Amino acid sequence: MKMSGAQMVCEALIAEGVTTVFGYPGGAIMNVYDAIYKQDGFEHILTRHEQAAVHAADGYARATGKVGVAMVTSGPGFTNAVTGIATAFTDSIPLVVISGQVPLSLIGTDGFQEIDAVGISRPCTKHNYLVASLEELPRIMKEAFYIAASGRPGPVLVDIPKDITAEMGEFVYPKEVYMPTYRPRYKGNDRQIKKAVEAILDAKKPLLYLGGGVVLSNASGLVKELAALAQIPAVETLMARGVMGHENPLLLGMLGMHGNYSSNMAMSETDLIISLGARFDDRVTGKLSEFAKYADVIHVDIDPANIGKLVDVDYPIVGSITDVLEKMISLLKHSVKPDRYQAWREILARYNELHPLKYDDSDDVLKPQWVVQRVGEILGKDAIITSDVGQHQMWTAQFYPFERPRQWINSGGLGTMGFGFPAAIGAKRGVPEKIVVNFTGDGSILMNMQELITAAEYNIPVINIILNNHFLGMVRQWQTFFYDKRYSETDLSFQPNFKALAEACGGIGYDVTTKKEFDEALKDAVKQNKVCFMNVAINRFENVLPMVPTGGALYNMLLEHKDK
Amino acid sequence: MQEVRRVISVIAMNESSVLARVSGLFAGRGYNIESLTVAPIPKSDLSRFTIVTKGNAKVIEQITKQLNKLISTLKVIEHEEMVEKEMVLIKFSANESLADIKALCSAYNGGIVNAGENSVIAMIADESKRIEYFLSAAQKYNPLEIVRGGVVAIER
Ligand SMILES: Cc1ncc(C[n+]2csc(CCOP(=O)(O)OP(=O)(O)O)c2C)c(N)n1
Repeated sequence: MKMSGAQMVCEALIAEGVTTVFGYPGGAIMNVYDAIYKQDGFEHILTRHEQAAVHAADGYARATGKVGVAMVTSGPGFTNAVTGIATAFTDSIPLVVISGQVPLSLIGTDGFQEIDAVGISRPCTKHNYLVASLEELPRIMKEAFYIAASGRPGPVLVDIPKDITAEMGEFVYPKEVYMPTYRPRYKGNDRQIKKAVEAILDAKKPLLYLGGGVVLSNASGLVKELAALAQIPAVETLMARGVMGHENPLLLGMLGMHGNYSSNMAMSETDLIISLGARFDDRVTGKLSEFAKYADVIHVDIDPANIGKLVDVDYPIVGSITDVLEKMISLLKHSVKPDRYQAWREILARYNELHPLKYDDSDDVLKPQWVVQRVGEILGKDAIITSDVGQHQMWTAQFYPFERPRQWINSGGLGTMGFGFPAAIGAKRGVPEKIVVNFTGDGSILMNMQELITAAEYNIPVINIILNNHFLGMVRQWQTFFYDKRYSETDLSFQPNFKALAEACGGIGYDVTTKKEFDEALKDAVKQNKVCFMNVAINRFENVLPMVPTGGALYNMLLEHKDK
Repeated sequence: MQEVRRVISVIAMNESSVLARVSGLFAGRGYNIESLTVAPIPKSDLSRFTIVTKGNAKVIEQITKQLNKLISTLKVIEHEEMVEKEMVLIKFSANESLADIKALCSAYNGGIVNAGENSVIAMIADESKRIEYFLSAAQKYNPLEIVRGGVVAIER
């Protein structure tokens, strides 16, 4: 069929099963927006900033497991999107981002709103394309979706010059991709897997180290099966919260800079790390030379470049976690003796009794940990939880009772303030039957607060709980601990009226200072089913603990902070 | 860990931004490039890059893995058993002793490729290490300009 390049973009999106596109129009992408106007295969959500469009597509992808799609114009539209693209890149989230570009004849002339989008995005995309002719547009769209979702997922940018979207041509959408240079490896090497299983059988203190890859590959069922079969304890990274389920007796908790005591001690004393979809990030390992000194390492990852990058690996296995675990489980079924690890489990249980995750509650002032726990009690597994970046993010990761993968959505790798609210909008659009709560800070929420309008217009009822400490809290905590309390540019005492702000944009606002008010506000927010800001005044100087100071060994945690 | 010199060949799609992908990888991740040559592979839609780099074993491993990871990359060869050559063009004043220059060049697989009124140009092609010897020997004849071509290599 003959159609314009712009129509081809729409037809390709429909062929890929896309139902929601988040975006923002402008000159160079207008042809595509005209084609969007004329079609009804997918909906378009107009965010109020391009960064938010990409975060929303990202939240949609994380909540549903599908590829998220965002669309922006050239120049400033694209540069606004870069933070969103980089956020998805560091957390390996499958996105296709379509950007308009100036016409081919203007490329290289510093034309109006011309910027080298493929140049800027090269280091923060899995792959990117500048479409050079109408003829290659359908193939590139097909490849973009395939690359985004396969192997180690990631964002793909398709930059399309304006004249190409205007040009007419024959549309044939390829059924398959042909890419001899890109062949992700899913099957783990049988011999390596066998050796790894023998190492598990030989170990006395094995430990499952679970990363975001388990979520991305939908392998949490198999991980739980393996853990249960062999009775091997597990620690989760920030990105893997929800994989084991909070009630699982084998789950020690989250490890790393703000991990709990038993998780970090387990990592420090284990004799065999079974790493599944994790990448030994510096926020997890602490001082590398002191990290897991007694351990051999089994490293299962779909991306060979992750293996051996930071930590020496004894049993490297490239492949999908599902394939590798299926094989491991069938080998272990007849050979593993869970009693062998009994003493190890007991040690870890004692560590947990010694220093459980805790906080001092108060009747005078709301504690952020209480708020998070309370939401967990009331909404539990029914909610999808997103967060921004800072102390509130860590408290949420520590204290929310996550039950399943994809329940917890946060910017772990890049740590992007402003992520939470638009990501929550995307998640809610993707999984409308769930309640979506964004835990945020009085700093972070301002970085994408314009999305109140989007959420109100499209009736996307996201509950934003602002844990308000009148500080850039996480930075303030570092200043308290490591900079002699010189609170350089972190005091946010001068604040907007959050309640009025929400109301001005068509949402609901709540001011909360007591437990009773909180319960009432949350109940009302769920009932009202509208976007809201819940401004919760919390203890200003609350710290996130435990804490491994940067560069310190994982086993040297600050467990409490006594004010001098 | 000890730093080693490595010659790596990359076979990749001959696409518009593939050179930027390869060189950007080295710049972005702080890897070393001593030389880089690139040209299309005849009768194909592929290009061949030859890269000389330096780093410890861990870095070299990461370099090859990251190069492999590029969507446009077909193959990465970390050379061990190879024939390696580099080409040099070198310009001397016509006042220098032509016969001596000629003799020196022929000792290094080269010769005079152009002679003009004011200058002569010689070309040699040899292993990088021998190129270094040649260049220090050539100093005697006061070279006016030296252009090194970068290493190309082929597995034996
Ligand atoms: C875009 C961006 N800018 C700066 C930072 C650095 N940063 C990390 S946490 C933080 C403070 C966040 O404050 P707030 O949102 O109020 O959360 P709190 O820590 O108080 O819970 C800052 C500034 C960041 N992560 N992202």
